Amino acid sequence: MSEDDTSGDDDRGLTERLRERRVTLWTLIVPPTVWAVHFLFCYLWVAVSCAKQGGFARFPIAFVAGTILALGIIVASGAIAFVQSRTPGDPPPHDESTGIDRTRFLATATLLLAGLSFVAVLFTAAPALMLTDCR
Amino acid sequence: MSLHAQDDPALRAAQEERLRAVWKPPSGWFFRWTDVNNNRVGVWYTLTAFGFMLFAGVLALIMRAQLAVPSNDLVTASTFNQLFTLHGSMMMFLFAVPMFEAVSIILLPQLLGARDLPFPRLSAFGYWSFLIGGVFVSGSIFFDVAPDGGWFMYPPFTTRTDLSGLGADIWMLGLSFIEVSSVAAAVELIVGVLKCRPPGMRLNLMPLYAWYILVVAVMILFAFPPLIAGDVLFELERLLGWPFFDPAKGGDPLLWQHLFWIFGHPEVYIVFLPSIALFAMMIPTFARRHILGYPWIVLAAVGTAFLSFGLWVHHMFATGLPKISLAFFSAASEAVAIPTGVQIFVFIATLWAGRVVFSTPLLFALGAIAIFVIGGLTGVMVAIAPFDWQAHDTYFIVAHLHYVLIGGTLLPLFGGLYYYWPLITGKKLSDRLGRTAFWILFVGANLTFFPMHITGLLGMPRRVFTYPAELGVDGLNLLSTVGSYLFAAGVLVIVVDLALSPRRAKAPRNPWHAGTLEWLAHPDDEDWGIRSVPLIESRYPIWDQKDFVAKVDEGRFFLPDAEEGRRETIITTTIDARPAQVIRLGTPSVVPMITAVALGSVFILTTYHLYWLALAGGVVTLAAVLWWLWSTAEIPEKREKPIGHGIVLPLYRSGPAAPGWWAMFITMMADATAFSGLVFGYYFFWTVHPAFPPSGLGMNGPGAFWPMTAMGLTLASWAMTVAARELHARGQVSVARGLLGVGILVTLASLFAGLAGPWVTGLAPTLHVYPAIVWTLAIWTATHAGVGVICQSYTLARSIAGRMTPEYDADLRNITVYFHFLALTAIVTYATIGLFPLAS
Repeated sequence: MSEDDTSGDDDRGLTERLRERRVTLWTLIVPPTVWAVHFLFCYLWVAVSCAKQGGFARFPIAFVAGTILALGIIVASGAIAFVQSRTPGDPPPHDESTGIDRTRFLATATLLLAGLSFVAVLFTAAPALMLTDCR
Repeated sequence: MSLHAQDDPALRAAQEERLRAVWKPPSGWFFRWTDVNNNRVGVWYTLTAFGFMLFAGVLALIMRAQLAVPSNDLVTASTFNQLFTLHGSMMMFLFAVPMFEAVSIILLPQLLGARDLPFPRLSAFGYWSFLIGGVFVSGSIFFDVAPDGGWFMYPPFTTRTDLSGLGADIWMLGLSFIEVSSVAAAVELIVGVLKCRPPGMRLNLMPLYAWYILVVAVMILFAFPPLIAGDVLFELERLLGWPFFDPAKGGDPLLWQHLFWIFGHPEVYIVFLPSIALFAMMIPTFARRHILGYPWIVLAAVGTAFLSFGLWVHHMFATGLPKISLAFFSAASEAVAIPTGVQIFVFIATLWAGRVVFSTPLLFALGAIAIFVIGGLTGVMVAIAPFDWQAHDTYFIVAHLHYVLIGGTLLPLFGGLYYYWPLITGKKLSDRLGRTAFWILFVGANLTFFPMHITGLLGMPRRVFTYPAELGVDGLNLLSTVGSYLFAAGVLVIVVDLALSPRRAKAPRNPWHAGTLEWLAHPDDEDWGIRSVPLIESRYPIWDQKDFVAKVDEGRFFLPDAEEGRRETIITTTIDARPAQVIRLGTPSVVPMITAVALGSVFILTTYHLYWLALAGGVVTLAAVLWWLWSTAEIPEKREKPIGHGIVLPLYRSGPAAPGWWAMFITMMADATAFSGLVFGYYFFWTVHPAFPPSGLGMNGPGAFWPMTAMGLTLASWAMTVAARELHARGQVSVARGLLGVGILVTLASLFAGLAGPWVTGLAPTLHVYPAIVWTLAIWTATHAGVGVICQSYTLARSIAGRMTPEYDADLRNITVYFHFLALTAIVTYATIGLFPLAS
């Protein structure tokens, strides 16, 4: 998912290069997997620091960095999916047995999952803004 | 064979004759039960699960009778404990989950235009395991030894043998056995959805039911194994006194709660999603249009599946975890309402945009959504920790969960029953009786469970066998009791309707005028599943593809014949469903049944502490499995065969292209998940103890030497297996055999080295939780090494017997997958027990 650099020595545009990335069931689950990893990371961060250090600081770098990283990957994956979900070529309503319609479908579902995962990561991060100790 | 060849009626008749002969079910009073065809196994499975549901329902009626009036003495406290434990456990483990598997085994091949699922014998094995385990668990109540610790079996009451009897063992071992069958079904369904779709059915054309089944089966892989890990720890404590949950010896009962609910919460969605999936099939049919927002449904299913694994602690809000931890889970619990809501809106929008034809199944669907939404809303309430502290363990929760399960599982299944009955029997059920039943059920459910919200808020706790009149909840309880009997009357009407069915005339084909593939089924159905495997160009082929039904019936699509007298189906690629292979399917056999009986005997004999007999059962199980395996991955009589329209497909593939490889991979994912549950246990104990590992007699070990030796040996054996695979593929058969032979000895050495660490340092597992968890990890890994020895020996034997060649090498490729996971398990185990103590 490190497709954000726009070094222009390739004569094709960024959109085109994004569109040609492979779309599979594995790319479909990238956004929710990022949510899951972030969630586990938050839970373990709190569990280990509360149990072993007896408290956690208000805004530890790790937590903020982890959250920003998670949101970044989700946005990137959503952006790629957005481009792919508009792959031109076949006529609407895009529910035929063609390669393009299949790509558009998987990309649309990925985009929707990216939206859900983005919100869910924000939900998970929110408590750390309010609660500051291990009680 | 060209398209026009099928114009010849004589050819078609000859093909049908051959297909009929190949798919002929076994007969005879015993051998008819050795059938493996999904049509039959699925129906047995469904009827059995339905029977368990009725049984568990009767248990609930006895409870409601007991609670009808204050200070009642209809049943004793002990009996009441057994009643609610068995009611909950049976409804979850013997009805909701198996019913999803059962319905999927019937429907999935039809929906995918496949002749059968890829592993029919595995389905049969799953069924027999389910039947044996189910009868064992539910029958216990007749001997007054049913489990009585609540469906979640919280220690320490359930692990202390002076406080709980045989019931706890029956629960653990009986249900563990059923969990095995659930994982087996999950493997079957995942491979079925990914590999057995008809040509042309790319992922974007897959029936939504198949999407849901794929998602739910994957959830089973990650949800059930933590419970299996928990069961292992639980039984080690009960049978051997290893103190995992005993705080006096360093254990912690909360570990069980974590492991149970990591299973238990996804479980709710595991039983909910397949039922909602039935809506996704029914609603387009009765709205007379394609479903709106197909990708949104996929979002809902996949999103719910992921989020459902971040909810488990909301069952533990009252256990005193840090509030910040609770807040994470509270947030995820709120977030899961989003995808759940999305699918409800998709259904409403589809109905809104369509021309609705009203029918009994649709009535059930709409009523179910109404009830489910109420349960969903109270779910959002209890997802907020401060509210939950007030409502926890009261009847409010009972009301919430029954609204969710009746609206989200039971009523949709009844709707599905009315919808799909014609598919299975060729006959429709009575609309009049169905609607009567619906209204009785709908009123009964609300009358039973709505008052419970108030009963709970007034302070009535769950799981009490009686209550004093002074509590002021007697009127509400009486209302609930009346409602529950009304609900039972509704179920009875359905049973009567089913009982009258054999006397009714056959319905026309596709009586609801649906557009999806499963409605190709003919009222006078043949056993071959589908006459020819179609080319799919639409989500609703019966509506959209010209002359579709006739073309299928006349064998104008693929694989219309069974020239070699074998049961076959087409395997296609995962994403785009391009034809890839024809596989030969398992035929009726007594092996699955024998394997289930043997494995069942291991669990049941262990319950009664008959360890030597259980060991004998284990040996028989192993023998049965090897006997079963020996007939698989057979080398075909020719390389490939034509399936029509000029397409020629191979009859044998190995590696990731083959269904067997996927089955191995998926099974090992489940195995790795169970293992991670045990590893979680180790680090969980590390967090709860100031000093972990502790020091003292019997607690100093296992040192670093033996674990590192074991790790090195396992990795060496892994490398030999991988090298054997590569060299074998290049034709160096004798070198590969030699590597496998040495590999067997090295794996065996790793087994003993793994156990040597805790053994030579004298770790005493009954003394403290640290030695207990170290021993558990070591034994788990050693056992896997033992299975590795069997894998290598089996493959060597196959090679020597001429059943594996460089061209046909599925066995070797499959065991390599096993060895990848074995190597991973060994690295994690031996680094944890050998190196982590040095670092902490």
